[in-house]
Amino acid sequence: MANAKETKAKSSSTPAQPLTAIAFAAPIAGWLIPGAGHILQKRWIRGLLLMLAVGVLFFAGLGMQGKVYAFNTGDLLDILGFLGDFGAGALYLAARTMDWGQAIVPHATADYGTKYMIVAGLLNIVSAVDAYHIASGKKQ
Amino acid sequence: MTLELSHFSAVLVFALCASIVFGITQRNTTREMLRYGAYCFVLFVGGVIVAGWAMWIIKR
Repeated sequence: MANAKETKAKSSSTPAQPLTAIAFAAPIAGWLIPGAGHILQKRWIRGLLLMLAVGVLFFAGLGMQGKVYAFNTGDLLDILGFLGDFGAGALYLAARTMDWGQAIVPHATADYGTKYMIVAGLLNIVSAVDAYHIASGKKQ
Repeated sequence: MTLELSHFSAVLVFALCASIVFGITQRNTTREMLRYGAYCFVLFVGGVIVAGWAMWIIKR
């Protein structure tokens, strides 16, 4: 009983991790430029590998004539497609600005390309969250 | 520029890129990252091969 009280008191007195500037900047940079959140924290190899993986997936999707979703409030799958694509940060913004991925191509591989870009965006969000965990000291 | 990948090579590219990100983000040490990345890659590609054979059996 005393032990439980002691543990409770100990855990409540543990100071929260201070929210530093890098804990704000790393996930935002990581979202905007894939891998940049890790590179900002001198995790060079991890950052470059993440940049390569997300970049290859996104540009392969574009090369396979996949569709880039625009912001919409229509079909649920289109909204989810937009959210996935938007996760790719600057890659998505560049694709929209340059009007890439707007052709309608009825091929199975073009559909794979669409999924490649959505997954690239989702993986980029995962890596931005990882950059935050490193910055806040939750991960090495 | 148009990229024409076969179904299997599309799987390999997808599995490689996803495994790299999973390995780096889900584990702490370099050794664990490599092991987990390789594990994910094998599961992705193995799953596709098993699903492919399953569909072939169903079709017959």
